Amino acid sequence: MDTAMLIEKSALVLLLFLISLGVAAYQTYFERKLAAWIQDRVGPDRAGPFGILQPIADGTKMFLKEDFIPAKADKWLFIIGPGISMFTALITSSVIPWGTNLNLFGRDISLQVADFNIGILFVFGVVSIGVYGIMIGGWASNNKYSLYGAIRASSQMISYELAMGISAITIVMLTGSLSLNDIVKSQHGMNWNIFYQPLAFFIFFITSLAELNRAPFDLPECESELIGGYHTEYSSMKLGLYLFSEYTSMFVSSAIMAVMFFGGYNVPGMDAFSGNILAILSIAAFALKIFLIIFVIMWIRWTIPRFRFDQLMHLGWKVLIPVAIVNMLITGLVVAWNQGWM
Amino acid sequence: MESLTNRKKVVSDKPMTFLEKIYIPAIVGGMMTTMKHMLRPRKTIKYPEETRVFAPVYRGQHVLKRDEQGRENCTACGLCAVACPAEAITMTSAERVKGEEHLYREEKYASSYEINMLRCIFCGLCEEACPKEAIFLTDRIVTTEFERDEFIYAKDKLVEAMDDRIDITKRQFTGKRTDK
Repeated sequence: MDTAMLIEKSALVLLLFLISLGVAAYQTYFERKLAAWIQDRVGPDRAGPFGILQPIADGTKMFLKEDFIPAKADKWLFIIGPGISMFTALITSSVIPWGTNLNLFGRDISLQVADFNIGILFVFGVVSIGVYGIMIGGWASNNKYSLYGAIRASSQMISYELAMGISAITIVMLTGSLSLNDIVKSQHGMNWNIFYQPLAFFIFFITSLAELNRAPFDLPECESELIGGYHTEYSSMKLGLYLFSEYTSMFVSSAIMAVMFFGGYNVPGMDAFSGNILAILSIAAFALKIFLIIFVIMWIRWTIPRFRFDQLMHLGWKVLIPVAIVNMLITGLVVAWNQGWM
Repeated sequence: MESLTNRKKVVSDKPMTFLEKIYIPAIVGGMMTTMKHMLRPRKTIKYPEETRVFAPVYRGQHVLKRDEQGRENCTACGLCAVACPAEAITMTSAERVKGEEHLYREEKYASSYEINMLRCIFCGLCEEACPKEAIFLTDRIVTTEFERDEFIYAKDKLVEAMDDRIDITKRQFTGKRTDK
Protein backbone atom coordinates (compact mmCIF):
# COMPACT_ATOMS: atom_id res chain seq x y z
CA MET A 1 0.00 0.00 0.00
CA ASP A 2 1.57 3.27 -1.06
CA THR A 3 1.35 6.61 0.75
CA ALA A 4 -1.05 8.20 -1.73
CA MET A 5 -3.53 5.37 -1.27
CA LEU A 6 -3.22 5.69 2.51
CA ILE A 7 -4.01 9.42 2.31
CA GLU A 8 -6.85 8.77 -0.12
CA LYS A 9 -8.45 6.12 2.07
CA SER A 10 -7.99 8.19 5.25
CA ALA A 11 -9.63 11.18 3.57
CA LEU A 12 -12.50 8.97 2.44
CA VAL A 13 -12.92 7.52 5.95
CA LEU A 14 -12.95 10.99 7.48
CA LEU A 15 -15.40 12.23 4.88
CA LEU A 16 -17.71 9.25 5.41
CA PHE A 17 -17.53 9.76 9.17
CA LEU A 18 -18.52 13.40 8.85
CA ILE A 19 -21.22 12.70 6.27
CA SER A 20 -22.72 9.90 8.38
CA LEU A 21 -22.89 12.16 11.42
CA GLY A 22 -24.22 15.10 9.42
CA VAL A 23 -26.86 12.98 7.73
CA ALA A 24 -27.84 11.49 11.09
CA ALA A 25 -28.19 14.99 12.55
CA TYR A 26 -30.38 16.17 9.72
CA GLN A 27 -32.39 12.96 9.86
CA THR A 28 -33.53 14.03 13.33
CA TYR A 29 -34.61 17.37 11.87
CA PHE A 30 -36.34 15.70 8.94
CA GLU A 31 -38.03 13.20 11.21
CA ARG A 32 -39.42 15.95 13.41
CA LYS A 33 -40.60 17.91 10.38
CA LEU A 34 -42.22 14.85 8.83
CA ALA A 35 -43.94 13.92 12.09
CA ALA A 36 -45.23 17.47 12.29
CA TRP A 37 -46.53 17.45 8.72
CA ILE A 38 -48.30 14.13 9.22
CA GLN A 39 -49.90 15.49 12.38
CA ASP A 40 -50.95 18.77 10.68
CA ARG A 41 -48.31 20.77 12.57
CA VAL A 42 -45.46 22.99 11.38
CA GLY A 43 -42.56 21.40 13.27
CA PRO A 44 -39.33 23.07 14.41
CA ASP A 45 -39.02 26.42 12.64
CA ARG A 46 -37.41 28.77 15.15
CA ALA A 47 -33.68 27.98 14.94
CA GLY A 48 -32.59 29.56 11.68
CA PRO A 49 -34.69 29.72 8.49
CA PHE A 50 -37.21 26.82 8.52
CA GLY A 51 -35.54 25.59 11.72
CA ILE A 52 -32.55 24.40 9.74
CA LEU A 53 -30.20 24.89 12.73
CA GLN A 54 -32.38 22.76 15.02
CA PRO A 55 -30.02 19.71 15.08
CA ILE A 56 -27.15 21.96 16.18
CA ALA A 57 -29.30 23.41 18.96
CA ASP A 58 -30.34 19.89 20.00
CA GLY A 59 -26.73 18.68 20.00
CA THR A 60 -25.60 21.66 22.07
CA LYS A 61 -28.39 20.96 24.53
CA MET A 62 -27.25 17.34 24.84
CA PHE A 63 -23.69 18.44 25.61
CA LEU A 64 -24.82 20.94 28.24
CA LYS A 65 -26.89 18.41 30.22
CA GLU A 66 -25.58 16.79 33.38
CA ASP A 67 -23.77 13.53 32.61
CA PHE A 68 -25.21 11.28 35.30
CA ILE A 69 -24.11 7.74 36.16
CA PRO A 70 -26.38 5.93 38.64
CA ALA A 71 -24.68 4.86 41.89
CA LYS A 72 -25.42 1.14 41.45
CA ALA A 73 -24.62 1.09 37.73
CA ASP A 74 -21.63 -0.82 36.34
CA LYS A 75 -19.64 2.27 35.50
CA TRP A 76 -17.39 0.99 32.71
CA LEU A 77 -20.02 -1.02 30.91
CA PHE A 78 -22.34 1.98 31.26
CA ILE A 79 -19.80 4.10 29.41
CA ILE A 80 -18.90 1.46 26.81
CA GLY A 81 -22.55 0.76 25.82
CA PRO A 82 -23.27 3.85 23.73
CA GLY A 83 -19.75 3.68 22.30
CA ILE A 84 -20.35 0.19 20.89
CA SER A 85 -23.67 1.28 19.42
CA MET A 86 -22.10 4.25 17.67
CA PHE A 87 -19.01 2.32 16.54
CA THR A 88 -20.98 -0.47 14.89
CA ALA A 89 -23.35 1.99 13.28
CA LEU A 90 -20.47 3.94 11.74
CA ILE A 91 -18.18 1.11 10.68
CA THR A 92 -20.76 -0.54 8.40
CA SER A 93 -20.50 2.35 5.97
CA SER A 94 -16.94 1.29 5.09
CA VAL A 95 -17.97 -1.52 2.72
CA ILE A 96 -20.63 0.39 0.82
CA PRO A 97 -19.69 1.49 -2.72
CA TRP A 98 -20.83 5.10 -2.74
CA GLY A 99 -20.31 5.74 -6.47
CA THR A 100 -18.26 4.90 -9.50
CA ASN A 101 -14.55 5.72 -9.44
CA LEU A 102 -13.65 9.38 -9.12
CA ASN A 103 -10.68 10.77 -11.04
CA LEU A 104 -8.81 13.30 -8.90
CA PHE A 105 -5.15 14.48 -9.11
CA GLY A 106 -4.51 11.94 -11.84
CA ARG A 107 -5.57 9.03 -9.66
CA ASP A 108 -8.51 6.69 -10.01
CA ILE A 109 -10.13 6.87 -6.57
CA SER A 110 -12.55 4.13 -5.56
CA LEU A 111 -15.44 5.45 -3.48
CA GLN A 112 -15.48 2.36 -1.30
CA VAL A 113 -13.22 2.25 1.74
CA ALA A 114 -12.75 -1.52 1.72
CA ASP A 115 -13.88 -3.85 -1.07
CA PHE A 116 -14.18 -7.07 0.93
CA ASN A 117 -15.12 -10.14 -1.01
CA ILE A 118 -17.41 -10.99 1.92
CA GLY A 119 -19.06 -7.54 2.17
CA ILE A 120 -22.55 -8.75 3.06
CA LEU A 121 -21.21 -11.13 5.68
CA PHE A 122 -19.24 -8.26 7.21
CA VAL A 123 -22.35 -6.06 7.33
CA PHE A 124 -24.39 -8.78 9.01
CA GLY A 125 -21.62 -9.50 11.50
CA VAL A 126 -21.20 -5.87 12.50
CA VAL A 127 -24.93 -5.19 12.66
CA SER A 128 -25.36 -8.14 15.04
CA ILE A 129 -22.65 -6.71 17.30
CA GLY A 130 -24.74 -3.53 17.39
CA VAL A 131 -27.22 -5.16 19.76
CA TYR A 132 -24.41 -5.58 22.29
CA GLY A 133 -24.36 -1.82 22.76
CA ILE A 134 -28.03 -1.91 23.70
CA MET A 135 -27.68 -5.04 25.84
CA ILE A 136 -24.63 -3.79 27.72
CA GLY A 137 -26.23 -0.39 28.28
CA GLY A 138 -29.46 -1.95 29.52
CA TRP A 139 -27.63 -4.39 31.78
CA ALA A 140 -25.19 -1.85 33.20
CA SER A 141 -27.97 0.63 34.09
CA ASN A 142 -29.15 -1.68 36.92
CA ASN A 143 -32.76 -0.73 36.20
CA LYS A 144 -35.62 -3.11 35.47
CA TYR A 145 -36.95 -1.04 32.57
CA SER A 146 -33.53 -0.84 30.96
CA LEU A 147 -33.09 -4.58 31.37
CA TYR A 148 -36.49 -5.27 29.82
CA GLY A 149 -35.60 -3.03 26.91
CA ALA A 150 -32.28 -4.82 26.45
CA ILE A 151 -33.92 -8.27 26.60
CA ARG A 152 -36.53 -7.23 24.07
CA ALA A 153 -33.86 -5.81 21.78
CA SER A 154 -31.82 -9.01 21.84
CA SER A 155 -34.75 -11.39 21.37
CA GLN A 156 -36.07 -9.21 18.55
CA MET A 157 -32.62 -9.18 16.96
CA ILE A 158 -32.29 -12.97 17.13
CA SER A 159 -35.75 -13.53 15.64
CA TYR A 160 -35.42 -11.10 12.77
CA GLU A 161 -31.75 -11.69 11.88
CA LEU A 162 -32.74 -15.12 10.54
CA ALA A 163 -35.36 -13.93 8.09
CA MET A 164 -33.09 -11.05 7.10
CA GLY A 165 -30.18 -13.36 6.36
CA ILE A 166 -32.32 -15.79 4.40
CA SER A 167 -33.77 -13.02 2.25
CA ALA A 168 -30.28 -11.65 1.64
CA ILE A 169 -29.07 -15.11 0.52
CA THR A 170 -31.39 -14.91 -2.50
CA ILE A 171 -29.51 -11.83 -3.67
CA VAL A 172 -26.20 -13.61 -3.14
CA MET A 173 -27.48 -16.55 -5.18
CA LEU A 174 -28.57 -14.29 -8.02
CA THR A 175 -25.26 -12.43 -8.09
CA GLY A 176 -22.99 -15.29 -7.22
CA SER A 177 -20.89 -13.06 -4.99
CA LEU A 178 -20.86 -11.76 -1.41
CA SER A 179 -19.04 -8.58 -2.36
CA LEU A 180 -21.23 -5.47 -2.32
CA ASN A 181 -19.24 -4.09 -5.24
CA ASP A 182 -20.11 -7.12 -7.40
CA ILE A 183 -23.74 -6.91 -6.34
CA VAL A 184 -23.94 -3.29 -7.47
CA LYS A 185 -22.14 -4.00 -10.75
CA SER A 186 -24.52 -6.87 -11.55
CA GLN A 187 -27.45 -4.42 -11.37
CA HIS A 188 -26.06 -2.17 -14.11
CA GLY A 189 -28.49 0.44 -15.48
CA MET A 190 -32.05 -0.50 -14.58
CA ASN A 191 -31.35 -4.20 -13.98
CA TRP A 192 -32.22 -3.90 -10.29
CA ASN A 193 -32.70 -6.85 -7.95
CA ILE A 194 -36.05 -5.50 -6.73
CA PHE A 195 -37.60 -6.62 -10.04
CA TYR A 196 -36.36 -10.19 -9.52
CA GLN A 197 -36.82 -10.41 -5.76
CA PRO A 198 -39.71 -8.20 -4.61
CA LEU A 199 -40.63 -10.63 -1.84
CA ALA A 200 -37.05 -10.81 -0.57
CA PHE A 201 -36.94 -7.01 -0.52
CA PHE A 202 -40.21 -6.89 1.37
CA ILE A 203 -38.92 -9.28 4.04
CA PHE A 204 -35.56 -7.53 4.16
CA PHE A 205 -37.26 -4.18 4.63
CA ILE A 206 -39.50 -5.37 7.47
CA THR A 207 -36.63 -7.11 9.24
CA SER A 208 -34.46 -4.01 8.78
CA LEU A 209 -37.10 -1.97 10.59
CA ALA A 210 -36.95 -4.51 13.41
CA GLU A 211 -33.15 -4.47 13.48
CA LEU A 212 -33.16 -0.69 13.61
CA ASN A 213 -35.64 -0.68 16.51
CA ARG A 214 -37.85 1.59 14.46
CA ALA A 215 -41.63 1.75 14.72
CA PRO A 216 -43.66 -0.44 14.43
CA PHE A 217 -40.94 -2.59 16.03
CA ASP A 218 -39.61 -0.06 18.57
CA LEU A 219 -40.38 -2.27 21.56
CA PRO A 220 -36.93 -1.97 23.19
CA GLU A 221 -37.43 1.75 23.72
CA CYS A 222 -41.15 2.29 23.97
CA GLU A 223 -41.93 5.18 26.26
CA SER A 224 -45.38 4.13 27.40
CA GLU A 225 -44.30 0.72 28.73
CA LEU A 226 -40.61 0.96 29.52
CA ILE A 227 -39.97 4.69 30.08
CA GLY A 228 -37.52 4.78 27.21
CA GLY A 229 -36.32 1.18 27.55
CA TYR A 230 -32.58 0.57 27.50
CA HIS A 231 -31.68 4.27 27.69
CA THR A 232 -33.88 5.11 30.69
CA GLU A 233 -30.87 5.81 32.93
CA TYR A 234 -28.81 7.57 30.29
CA SER A 235 -28.43 11.33 30.10
CA SER A 236 -26.37 13.95 28.32
CA MET A 237 -24.32 12.97 25.28
CA LYS A 238 -24.40 9.25 26.21
CA LEU A 239 -28.13 9.35 25.53
CA GLY A 240 -27.32 11.50 22.53
CA LEU A 241 -24.95 8.83 21.22
CA TYR A 242 -27.63 6.13 21.53
CA LEU A 243 -30.18 8.22 19.68
CA PHE A 244 -27.57 9.30 17.17
CA SER A 245 -26.34 5.76 16.52
CA GLU A 246 -29.92 4.77 15.77
CA TYR A 247 -30.15 7.42 13.07
CA THR A 248 -26.70 6.57 11.74
CA SER A 249 -27.60 2.91 11.42
CA MET A 250 -30.84 3.92 9.74
CA PHE A 251 -28.78 5.81 7.15
CA VAL A 252 -26.40 2.89 6.65
CA SER A 253 -29.22 0.34 6.50
CA SER A 254 -30.98 2.40 3.86
CA ALA A 255 -27.72 2.50 1.93
CA ILE A 256 -27.41 -1.29 2.15
CA MET A 257 -31.01 -1.72 1.01
CA ALA A 258 -30.31 0.60 -1.91
CA VAL A 259 -27.18 -1.39 -2.77
CA MET A 260 -28.83 -4.79 -2.56
CA PHE A 261 -32.19 -4.11 -4.17
CA PHE A 262 -32.20 -0.74 -5.93
CA GLY A 263 -28.98 -0.97 -7.87
CA GLY A 264 -26.83 1.14 -5.55
CA TYR A 265 -25.38 3.94 -7.62
CA ASN A 266 -26.79 2.64 -10.92
CA VAL A 267 -29.15 4.85 -12.88
CA PRO A 268 -30.87 4.08 -16.17
CA GLY A 269 -28.98 5.71 -19.03
CA MET A 270 -25.70 5.98 -17.11
CA ASP A 271 -23.71 4.64 -20.06
CA ALA A 272 -24.04 8.01 -21.79
CA PHE A 273 -21.66 9.55 -19.25
CA SER A 274 -18.15 8.74 -18.17
CA GLY A 275 -15.41 9.87 -15.81
CA ASN A 276 -16.11 12.37 -13.04
CA ILE A 277 -19.54 13.36 -14.39
CA LEU A 278 -20.63 9.75 -14.12
CA ALA A 279 -19.17 9.56 -10.61
CA ILE A 280 -21.09 12.62 -9.44
CA LEU A 281 -24.26 11.41 -11.15
CA SER A 282 -23.93 8.00 -9.49
CA ILE A 283 -23.36 9.54 -6.05
CA ALA A 284 -26.42 11.76 -6.53
CA ALA A 285 -28.55 8.80 -7.63
CA PHE A 286 -27.39 6.77 -4.64
CA ALA A 287 -28.12 9.66 -2.26
CA LEU A 288 -31.59 10.06 -3.75
CA LYS A 289 -32.35 6.36 -3.30
CA ILE A 290 -31.15 6.48 0.31
CA PHE A 291 -33.27 9.57 0.93
CA LEU A 292 -36.39 7.91 -0.45
CA ILE A 293 -35.88 4.78 1.66
CA ILE A 294 -35.34 6.88 4.79
CA PHE A 295 -38.48 8.83 3.92
CA VAL A 296 -40.53 5.64 3.66
CA ILE A 297 -39.12 4.33 6.96
CA MET A 298 -40.10 7.56 8.71
CA TRP A 299 -43.46 7.64 6.97
CA ILE A 300 -44.18 4.15 8.30
CA ARG A 301 -43.09 5.16 11.79
CA TRP A 302 -45.61 7.98 12.00
CA THR A 303 -48.43 5.89 10.52
CA ILE A 304 -48.45 2.50 12.24
CA PRO A 305 -48.83 1.83 15.96
CA ARG A 306 -46.37 -0.43 17.79
CA PHE A 307 -46.65 -4.24 17.68
CA ARG A 308 -47.38 -6.21 20.80
CA PHE A 309 -44.48 -8.45 21.76
CA ASP A 310 -46.26 -11.75 21.02
CA GLN A 311 -47.39 -10.37 17.66
CA LEU A 312 -43.78 -9.42 16.94
CA MET A 313 -42.56 -12.94 17.68
CA HIS A 314 -45.44 -14.45 15.71
CA LEU A 315 -44.62 -12.31 12.69
CA GLY A 316 -40.92 -13.09 12.91
CA TRP A 317 -40.96 -16.85 13.46
CA LYS A 318 -44.22 -18.01 11.91
CA VAL A 319 -44.59 -15.67 8.95
CA LEU A 320 -41.35 -14.07 7.78
CA ILE A 321 -38.97 -17.02 8.23
CA PRO A 322 -41.17 -19.60 6.40
CA VAL A 323 -41.89 -17.15 3.59
CA ALA A 324 -38.21 -16.29 3.32
CA ILE A 325 -37.23 -19.97 3.20
CA VAL A 326 -39.79 -20.76 0.47
CA ASN A 327 -38.58 -17.74 -1.48
CA MET A 328 -34.97 -18.91 -1.10
CA LEU A 329 -35.82 -22.45 -2.28
CA ILE A 330 -37.66 -21.19 -5.37
CA THR A 331 -34.81 -18.82 -6.19
CA GLY A 332 -32.34 -21.67 -5.73
CA LEU A 333 -34.30 -23.89 -8.13
CA VAL A 334 -34.52 -21.14 -10.76
CA VAL A 335 -30.80 -20.38 -10.46
CA ALA A 336 -29.95 -24.08 -10.74
CA TRP A 337 -32.21 -24.42 -13.80
CA ASN A 338 -30.57 -21.43 -15.48
CA GLN A 339 -27.11 -22.75 -14.74
CA GLY A 340 -28.08 -26.07 -16.32
CA TRP A 341 -27.56 -28.06 -13.12
CA MET A 342 -30.96 -29.77 -13.38
CA MET B 1 -83.69 0.78 16.61
CA GLU B 2 -83.36 3.48 14.04
CA SER B 3 -80.02 5.23 14.06
CA LEU B 4 -79.87 8.86 15.07
CA THR B 5 -76.73 9.62 13.04
CA ASN B 6 -75.30 8.30 9.80
CA ARG B 7 -72.07 7.33 11.59
CA LYS B 8 -73.45 4.18 13.16
CA LYS B 9 -71.36 1.05 12.47
CA VAL B 10 -72.45 -2.51 13.09
CA VAL B 11 -69.71 -4.44 14.87
CA SER B 12 -69.10 -8.03 13.86
CA ASP B 13 -66.61 -10.68 14.96
CA LYS B 14 -66.36 -12.57 11.68
CA PRO B 15 -62.94 -14.16 11.07
CA MET B 16 -60.51 -12.04 9.07
CA THR B 17 -59.98 -12.81 5.42
CA PHE B 18 -56.51 -13.49 4.05
CA LEU B 19 -56.09 -9.91 2.79
CA GLU B 20 -57.06 -8.57 6.19
CA LYS B 21 -54.71 -10.99 7.94
CA ILE B 22 -51.60 -9.87 6.10
CA TYR B 23 -52.41 -6.27 7.08
CA ILE B 24 -50.72 -4.84 3.99
CA PRO B 25 -53.80 -3.22 2.41
CA ALA B 26 -54.71 -1.67 5.76
CA ILE B 27 -51.16 -0.39 6.27
CA VAL B 28 -51.05 1.08 2.76
CA GLY B 29 -54.42 2.71 3.39
CA GLY B 30 -53.10 4.21 6.59
CA MET B 31 -50.01 5.49 4.84
CA MET B 32 -52.18 7.13 2.18
CA THR B 33 -54.10 8.89 4.95
CA THR B 34 -50.90 10.22 6.52
CA MET B 35 -49.65 11.28 3.08
CA LYS B 36 -52.86 13.22 2.57
CA HIS B 37 -52.26 15.01 5.86
CA MET B 38 -48.62 15.65 4.92
CA LEU B 39 -49.66 17.49 1.74
CA ARG B 40 -52.45 19.48 3.35
CA PRO B 41 -51.80 23.20 3.92
CA ARG B 42 -50.93 24.07 7.53
CA LYS B 43 -53.47 25.94 9.60
CA THR B 44 -51.00 27.00 12.30
CA ILE B 45 -50.82 30.70 13.17
CA LYS B 46 -47.17 31.43 14.02
CA TYR B 47 -47.95 33.74 16.88
CA PRO B 48 -45.39 36.53 17.28
CA GLU B 49 -45.17 37.03 13.51
CA GLU B 50 -48.83 36.44 12.76
CA THR B 51 -51.73 37.20 15.05
CA ARG B 52 -55.16 35.79 14.69
CA VAL B 53 -58.08 38.10 14.05
CA PHE B 54 -60.03 38.71 17.25
CA ALA B 55 -63.80 38.68 17.49
CA PRO B 56 -65.19 42.24 17.88
CA VAL B 57 -66.39 41.37 21.38
CA TYR B 58 -63.02 39.89 22.50
CA ARG B 59 -62.37 40.53 26.20
CA GLY B 60 -58.71 41.39 26.77
CA GLN B 61 -56.77 43.90 28.84
CA HIS B 62 -58.89 46.63 30.46
CA VAL B 63 -58.75 50.33 29.73
CA LEU B 64 -59.90 53.25 31.90
CA LYS B 65 -61.43 55.78 29.50
CA ARG B 66 -61.16 59.54 29.39
CA ASP B 67 -63.90 61.72 27.93
CA GLU B 68 -63.61 63.97 24.86
CA GLN B 69 -61.83 66.68 26.85
CA GLY B 70 -59.37 64.19 28.29
CA ARG B 71 -60.89 63.95 31.77
CA GLU B 72 -60.98 60.58 33.55
CA ASN B 73 -64.46 59.08 33.57
CA CYS B 74 -63.98 56.97 36.69
CA THR B 75 -65.54 58.28 39.91
CA ALA B 76 -64.30 55.45 42.14
CA CYS B 77 -67.83 54.34 42.98
CA GLY B 78 -66.56 50.79 43.46
CA LEU B 79 -69.36 49.05 41.56
CA CYS B 80 -66.85 47.27 39.35
CA ALA B 81 -65.01 45.94 42.41
CA VAL B 82 -68.34 44.75 43.86
CA ALA B 83 -69.34 43.11 40.59
CA CYS B 84 -65.97 41.40 40.12
CA PRO B 85 -66.38 37.66 40.82
CA ALA B 86 -62.61 37.18 41.08
CA GLU B 87 -62.06 40.15 43.42
CA ALA B 88 -59.33 41.42 41.15
CA ILE B 89 -60.11 45.14 41.41
CA THR B 90 -59.11 47.46 44.26
CA MET B 91 -59.25 51.25 44.38
CA THR B 92 -59.05 54.23 46.69
CA SER B 93 -61.10 57.34 46.08
CA ALA B 94 -60.17 61.00 46.53
CA GLU B 95 -61.96 64.31 46.26
CA ARG B 96 -61.18 66.59 43.35
CA VAL B 97 -59.67 69.91 44.50
CA LYS B 98 -59.81 73.22 42.69
CA GLY B 99 -57.64 73.39 39.60
CA GLU B 100 -58.06 69.68 38.79
CA GLU B 101 -61.24 70.09 36.74
CA HIS B 102 -59.34 69.39 33.54
CA LEU B 103 -58.15 66.02 34.95
CA TYR B 104 -61.28 64.47 36.44
CA ARG B 105 -64.80 64.77 35.13
CA GLU B 106 -66.64 64.65 38.47
CA GLU B 107 -65.95 65.73 42.04
CA LYS B 108 -64.74 62.29 43.11
CA TYR B 109 -62.05 60.28 41.38
CA ALA B 110 -59.89 57.18 41.86
CA SER B 111 -56.53 58.16 43.33
CA SER B 112 -55.38 54.60 42.83
CA TYR B 113 -56.97 51.86 40.75
CA GLU B 114 -55.43 48.40 40.49
CA ILE B 115 -56.44 45.24 38.63
CA ASN B 116 -54.65 42.01 39.39
CA MET B 117 -54.40 40.42 35.96
CA LEU B 118 -53.63 37.00 37.49
CA ARG B 119 -56.92 37.06 39.40
CA CYS B 120 -58.97 38.55 36.58
CA ILE B 121 -61.04 36.05 34.61
CA PHE B 122 -61.92 38.54 31.85
CA CYS B 123 -65.65 38.02 32.32
CA GLY B 124 -66.52 41.66 31.55
CA LEU B 125 -68.81 42.15 34.55
CA CYS B 126 -66.86 45.27 35.64
CA GLU B 127 -67.61 46.81 32.27
CA GLU B 128 -71.28 45.93 32.62
CA ALA B 129 -71.46 47.31 36.16
CA CYS B 130 -69.81 50.62 35.35
CA PRO B 131 -72.39 53.48 35.33
CA LYS B 132 -69.91 56.04 33.98
CA GLU B 133 -68.62 54.20 30.87
CA ALA B 134 -65.17 54.36 32.44
CA ILE B 135 -63.89 50.78 32.24
CA PHE B 136 -63.87 48.66 29.10
CA LEU B 137 -62.24 45.45 28.04
CA THR B 138 -60.22 45.73 24.82
CA ASP B 139 -58.73 43.42 22.22
CA ARG B 140 -55.23 43.87 23.67
CA ILE B 141 -53.50 40.87 25.24
CA VAL B 142 -52.08 40.97 28.75
CA THR B 143 -48.40 40.26 28.14
CA THR B 144 -46.35 37.71 30.05
CA GLU B 145 -44.02 38.75 32.87
CA PHE B 146 -41.43 37.06 35.04
CA GLU B 147 -42.66 38.47 38.40
CA ARG B 148 -46.13 38.17 39.91
CA ASP B 149 -46.04 41.79 41.11
CA GLU B 150 -45.86 43.00 37.56
CA PHE B 151 -49.30 41.60 36.82
CA ILE B 152 -50.94 44.10 39.19
CA TYR B 153 -51.77 46.83 36.71
CA ALA B 154 -52.07 50.30 38.25
CA LYS B 155 -53.45 53.51 36.73
CA ASP B 156 -50.27 54.12 34.73
CA LYS B 157 -51.06 51.03 32.65
CA LEU B 158 -54.86 51.14 32.76
CA VAL B 159 -55.76 54.76 31.99
CA GLU B 160 -55.52 55.50 28.30
CA ALA B 161 -52.91 58.05 27.25
CA MET B 162 -54.09 61.48 26.08
CA ASP B 163 -52.43 61.18 22.69
CA ASP B 164 -53.04 57.44 22.27
CA ARG B 165 -56.76 56.83 22.73
CA ILE B 166 -57.93 53.22 22.79
CA ASP B 167 -60.77 52.47 20.41
CA ILE B 168 -63.62 50.72 22.24
CA THR B 169 -66.40 51.47 19.76
CA LYS B 170 -66.68 47.78 18.94
CA ARG B 171 -67.62 47.05 22.54
CA GLN B 172 -69.88 50.00 23.15
CA PHE B 173 -73.60 49.48 23.58
CA THR B 174 -75.13 50.40 20.27
CA GLY B 175 -78.65 51.11 21.54
CA LYS B 176 -79.68 54.21 23.41
CA ARG B 177 -79.05 53.90 27.14
CA THR B 178 -81.33 56.04 29.25
CA ASP B 179 -79.76 55.23 32.60
CA LYS B 180 -76.39 56.88 31.92
